[in-house]
Amino acid sequence: MSTLEAIYGIWLREFKVFKREKSRVITSLFTPLLWIFGFGGGLGPNISIGDVNYQVFIYPGILTMSILFSSVFFGVYIVWDRKIDILKAILVAPISRTAIFFGKALGGVTDSMIEGTIMLLIGVALGISFTPITTILVLLFLLVLTIGLVSLGLMLGSVLTSPESFGTVVSFLVFPLFFFSGALFPLENLPAWLALLTYIDPVTYAVDGIRGILIGNARFPLIADFSILCVFAFAMIQAGAFFFRRMQ
Amino acid sequence: MWAIETENLTKRYGPINAVDHLNMRVKQGEIFGLLGPNGAGKTTVISMLCTMLRPTEGSGKVNGFDVVSQPGEVRRSIGIVFQEPSVDDELTGLENLQLHAMWYGVPKEVRAGRIREVLALVGLEDRKNDLVKTYSGGMRRRLEIGRGLVHHPKVLFLDEPTLGLDPQTRSQIWDYIGDLAEREDMTVVLTTHYMEEAEELCDRIAIIDQGRIIVLDTVEALKKSIGGDLVCLGISKPNPDVFRDLDYVKKVETEEDLIVLTVENSSQHLQEILERAGKVESISVRPATLNDVFLHFTGREIRTETGEGGIFERIMRAEAER
Repeated sequence: MSTLEAIYGIWLREFKVFKREKSRVITSLFTPLLWIFGFGGGLGPNISIGDVNYQVFIYPGILTMSILFSSVFFGVYIVWDRKIDILKAILVAPISRTAIFFGKALGGVTDSMIEGTIMLLIGVALGISFTPITTILVLLFLLVLTIGLVSLGLMLGSVLTSPESFGTVVSFLVFPLFFFSGALFPLENLPAWLALLTYIDPVTYAVDGIRGILIGNARFPLIADFSILCVFAFAMIQAGAFFFRRMQ
Repeated sequence: MWAIETENLTKRYGPINAVDHLNMRVKQGEIFGLLGPNGAGKTTVISMLCTMLRPTEGSGKVNGFDVVSQPGEVRRSIGIVFQEPSVDDELTGLENLQLHAMWYGVPKEVRAGRIREVLALVGLEDRKNDLVKTYSGGMRRRLEIGRGLVHHPKVLFLDEPTLGLDPQTRSQIWDYIGDLAEREDMTVVLTTHYMEEAEELCDRIAIIDQGRIIVLDTVEALKKSIGGDLVCLGISKPNPDVFRDLDYVKKVETEEDLIVLTVENSSQHLQEILERAGKVESISVRPATLNDVFLHFTGREIRTETGEGGIFERIMRAEAER
């Protein structure tokens, strides 16, 4: 009981800070919007994938990207908390490291899901049709994805000690995860090397699943996409909690 | 039962013994000071007692709980005020206290009452709904002390509680700590390199240097251990030998045109000292301070030791010497 209370307390801290920093949401929506309108808006009138307008085609990819970026970058707050000395107050409290990890992870997941929901509204504005079922399915995919990626970000945040090095390492990781996820292109007819990279990239399965749900041209069966994402999320939770237990 | 008990508590960083076979016992309800220059190992001692750092050797008990095998019990029974403020800037003072109460498992029913009590104690009721980033340094420190008390710890650790504060705020904080210890019947362990702080607050003091306890006693006893007051005589050509045969003069030191005598019952003997000294340009008599005690036992002054991150400096020095 008191462990749940402590997890809630850690989550509550993250949520209170998030609510106060509204600029966080706005800035994190900026890049996805740029992709949808600046990139997709330009190519859309000229290019279609199958019979789908390119701007609509990349929407699932950009939706996933917004989650990818905000989830992994959430780990930087651990680095900052350490740098401005507020992390140790939590580390020395009688809470298990696993509980601290779960509290922080829930905080990051909440931030990302709020952002994801706003992105869904933007999708509606783009003319993508959502039904109650597809909305729930998409949110479910985003949820599992963000759980995995927030855990990954927190894991990196627990070992990297400066915000600068976190930024560098995460950029090296996040951009390949984005570009090789098939967010901007279909997974068919790829050269072997690129196909291989897309299969390794866990984000691929989120993009593919959501594309299947919203537009109906998925490469893999929905259940396969979802299962792979669940395995990824589970593995990242284990790894993240492990790193938190070892954190000084 | 002792509030704190250590047996050969040791922390090694490579070639350096940051804390070197430390043995001490702190009584319940006393204010105990760890006094020493930066880098003496004070913070390392506290970190081990708070279970943040694992001892290399030896053991420690806090409130009867072992710091290595029962960290949860130790943590629940202590409060900590860090050297660097660790309250959350992005939250209000009240929120800081509420979250802390949750982390320490303070039951919901008593939470609001405890928080009200603590806010009154540290005098922050008026500002409780303001973000901490709008607080002054002294207010932050008070909030941090208040936060350390929300879960009613049996032992409160204060690591350099007034570092970097102005003299007025410092004496305010001293008042708070003194009142607290009395009212809550709490054991307080504080580290400091301010002699005045140790003198003002502490019942007993352990003087620490290079990770070792050099001497441990009450402030009065420590001062007495020097053997008397200090008489400084300004003389243009000092001749220390004229004082050697006076048995109430415990120590004679010369510094350029100054002679410093350690004199037992100085008021009774001043006449004779002045007669021996001959022509004196200036004279001052002052009671021994803890700095004199430190100087007496280590041959160095606490004040001359500066610089941050002392332990790392010592490691670098040791590496350079190899």
